[in-house]
Amino acid sequence: MADFLLELLTEEIPARMQKGARGELEKLFARELSASGIEAGNVTVWSTPRRLTLIARGLPTETQAVREEAKGPPVGAPDQAVDGFCRKNGVTREQLEERDVKGRATYFAVIEKPGQQVSDLLAAAIPAIIRDFSWPKSMRWGEASISSESTRWVRPLSGIVALLGGEVVPVVMDGISSGRETMGHRFHSTGSISIDGADDYAEKLRSAHVIVDHEERAAIIRDGAKKAAEDAGLVLVEDEGLVIENAGLTEWPVPLLGRFDEEFLDVPPEVIQLTARVNQKYFVCEEAANDGVNRLANAFVCTANIDANDPAVVVDGNRKVLAARLADARFFWELDQKKTLAEHAKGLERITFHEKLGTVANKVDRVAKLAEWLATEGIVPDSDLNAARQAAELCKADLVTEMVGEFPELQGLMGGYYAEKEGLSPEIAHAIRDHYKPVGQSDEVPTAPTTVAVSLADKLDNLLSFFKIDILPTGSKDPFALRRAALGYIRLIQANDLKLSLEQVVHAWDSKPDAALAEKLAVFLLDRLAVQLRDEGVRHDYILASRDWAGSVDTRIDRVEARARALSGFLATDNGANLLAGYKRAANILKKEEWEEGATNPAPEPAEAALIAALDEAEPKAAAAVEAEDFAAAMEALSSLRGAVDRFFEDVIVNAEDKNVRASRLSLLARLRDAVHKVADFSRIEG
Amino acid sequence: MGLCSMEQELSNPAIPTRDPAKSFQDMILTLHDFWAANGCVILQPYDMRMGAGTFHTATTLRALGPEPWNAAFVQPCRRPTDGRYGENPNRLQHYYQYQVILKPSPSDIQDLYLESLRAIGIDPLAHDIRFVEDDWESPTLGAWGLGWEVWCDGMEVTQFTYFQQMGGFDCKPVAGELTYGLERLAMYIQGVDNVYDLAFNSHGVSYGDVFLENERQMSKWNFEVAETGALFDLFAKAEAECKNALANDVPIAAYEQAVEASHLFNLLQARGVISVQERASYMGRVRDLARSSCEKYAEKMAPEWAEKYPEWSLQGQGASNG
Repeated sequence: MADFLLELLTEEIPARMQKGARGELEKLFARELSASGIEAGNVTVWSTPRRLTLIARGLPTETQAVREEAKGPPVGAPDQAVDGFCRKNGVTREQLEERDVKGRATYFAVIEKPGQQVSDLLAAAIPAIIRDFSWPKSMRWGEASISSESTRWVRPLSGIVALLGGEVVPVVMDGISSGRETMGHRFHSTGSISIDGADDYAEKLRSAHVIVDHEERAAIIRDGAKKAAEDAGLVLVEDEGLVIENAGLTEWPVPLLGRFDEEFLDVPPEVIQLTARVNQKYFVCEEAANDGVNRLANAFVCTANIDANDPAVVVDGNRKVLAARLADARFFWELDQKKTLAEHAKGLERITFHEKLGTVANKVDRVAKLAEWLATEGIVPDSDLNAARQAAELCKADLVTEMVGEFPELQGLMGGYYAEKEGLSPEIAHAIRDHYKPVGQSDEVPTAPTTVAVSLADKLDNLLSFFKIDILPTGSKDPFALRRAALGYIRLIQANDLKLSLEQVVHAWDSKPDAALAEKLAVFLLDRLAVQLRDEGVRHDYILASRDWAGSVDTRIDRVEARARALSGFLATDNGANLLAGYKRAANILKKEEWEEGATNPAPEPAEAALIAALDEAEPKAAAAVEAEDFAAAMEALSSLRGAVDRFFEDVIVNAEDKNVRASRLSLLARLRDAVHKVADFSRIEG
Repeated sequence: MGLCSMEQELSNPAIPTRDPAKSFQDMILTLHDFWAANGCVILQPYDMRMGAGTFHTATTLRALGPEPWNAAFVQPCRRPTDGRYGENPNRLQHYYQYQVILKPSPSDIQDLYLESLRAIGIDPLAHDIRFVEDDWESPTLGAWGLGWEVWCDGMEVTQFTYFQQMGGFDCKPVAGELTYGLERLAMYIQGVDNVYDLAFNSHGVSYGDVFLENERQMSKWNFEVAETGALFDLFAKAEAECKNALANDVPIAAYEQAVEASHLFNLLQARGVISVQERASYMGRVRDLARSSCEKYAEKMAPEWAEKYPEWSLQGQGASNG
């Protein structure tokens, strides 16, 4: 048994690619070993900006010898067949053995595969790993690149350390020879470092100012940044993405806290945080406040890659860069405020929303009209129609501001700030700020009435506009984020308990009815609803069973959901499950039989009479409950049928000899089926 | 500062050693010394208006073909839309880039680069130097490369690129390109917050003395004065002349006209007379000119290159970034 160490020394690997590269190295190593019949076993993979390292513990030093036999053609077979057999097995004709198989002399090839040195296998595996390595982007370099076929790697590969049990595994690739020499930290270490093997590797590099374990570096940054903030009496705004990124940019991370000019705090905190994070990869800090609402502090934490002679010099350099960035941001902040949002909104006339759908200004007009309608009709309760209209008219204005041009992710948020600054009501400012919400699964859903009206109108306009020109998401392609808009719509109506018919929406949006468009959108939304509810255990077929209303697709998504949920609850009960079984039995019989409708049995059997009585009682109850959209009550009414149905099937022979009796019983079953269908279409329920 | 004091200073000549930490021109001269000592041809700027040092033929055209090529030069860059009438401490419509092109990219190119930083006074144990992913792509030139922006205490001071394609052809071999932002570096080294306060030399001449009035007037011309009818006209003429040169098999001359057209387009942009819809079409026209010039150049030279380097071939066109 021996331990294997592989280090691929590289010019700086982009931080965002290191995690994938570790996975790739581990995967390819396992693939190469298993091709030689070796279990990769206990493997550790590390990365730094300059190296990828793999350590495999306890590899065998040689593989087992294998003896394989292959049965060939009978002796005396045509030469062609015998030669072919020899070629296939890599033996000469003289090496063939003759054996008796069921009385026939037959050729056999005996192939001895001797045990192989694992070192030799690794020497062949390493170039294969490098060659087959998949990077998001790769490049050629140096003298070898005079050929298009030269090795490709993420950045120039500069060295290979390959040691099995302390012995060098010899590899040569594009002029790079493997060895035991590697490099330490770019600035803290000079000359090369000689590695004995897997055991001294990490420690030797540590003394050369390289922490090879990416998780250890991440921990240093995570804890160090927190501590730096605490030491300054502040609270770090934690950001695991930044931790990982900085760990991917450093071999010897040293978090350092710096201060920036307090006057920049006039700029919204989100802008400062984004500037620091996106452009400079700095953490920001907050001042702990007594009211529990922390405020951004004029401090940042950068992560140096050196133990600087004088950390203050490094901090000061970083401070200056941040100050220049914040000065730009403040310039935008102030410049944007020289115009009102209404003035900015004029600029939307120049921006194309979609070539077939006009400008963003056109879109805003549609959204404003719809938002106003939602408020006027009381669909969004307590929303003021003027506020809704004004917020909608201004909701996209920030798209043409300098700040959003610089940081597109601040759309909405900046509009909200600018609205506040120009003295618009908080109600309008919040609606502008939050109208894109909810964006992701975990994003909060607006509940403020004006915000809800604008947000709904915006999502509906996106959906209807693209549906109208037949642009729908296909497979993984959803360039206009219509699935997200659909989910946003669903969550908005759920969180606010809104009852909204898409048929009416379409009428208001387009100033004319368009049942087909409403139905197309409803079907799409119900699909998204099914995906959302699946996680809660509400099955897709329950939604299908609840989908139709008065003979066509129900365009009230809320009503379908309420029904599907009631159905899901009902079918989980004993009554529900049994009624479903009875229904299916009835439906199956009805499918096969033919009879004259409207027949009555003058002398019904008791079970038959009981079912008629039960239906007489349940039908109006269920109908009233459905009318009142109290689907639980409707199901409850149905559940009262269960006993009568069960008894009917036990006691009554449907296929009676008397034609009239038979017809009357089939009619009764049809009545039962129809009664159930008025509550939900059980025929769509699977299983 | 007045002329008199300058004469006074000149009458006491300074010791002829360089002080890159205190003089912009000494920093440039130090980089020249450094790269000359490392085998580079020290070129003078290309005598045309261009947006980046990469447009210099010593970079674009020389990145094509198999012949080794090592060169360093300063290139003045013109970015009309970046003009701020001399009122912004960081933004200029005319500034300098220091370009180094090393083909094939030497295996110690990063060490050489870091050595050059030491030469101009940046100690990497005092300052945090980092190589941060930054890929480069120029659709105009049909070119792309992978590399980094080099950070010094969080500030980008150099663009470092391994050219992979130029003019739509694979670079065989690959060239390494270093582009130092000279003003930023000097501001950093001199500890100055306003570019116009940089010491241009060690005799009291500031960057502002040299360029401030130029920035004011050129910003005004770029944004307000330039006669747009003439610019459109010149653009069309440059385009026609590029095609004429291509038709007559002088692709270097064609390339110059492509560079000219590119700058004229930038001026038109600064004048705000190109609409969003037209913008894409103009960019496409410039791209066609530049790409066809590079292609024609490569094709014209290919037989000569192939004769000298039998292992080389022009093939490899079409592979794309990513």
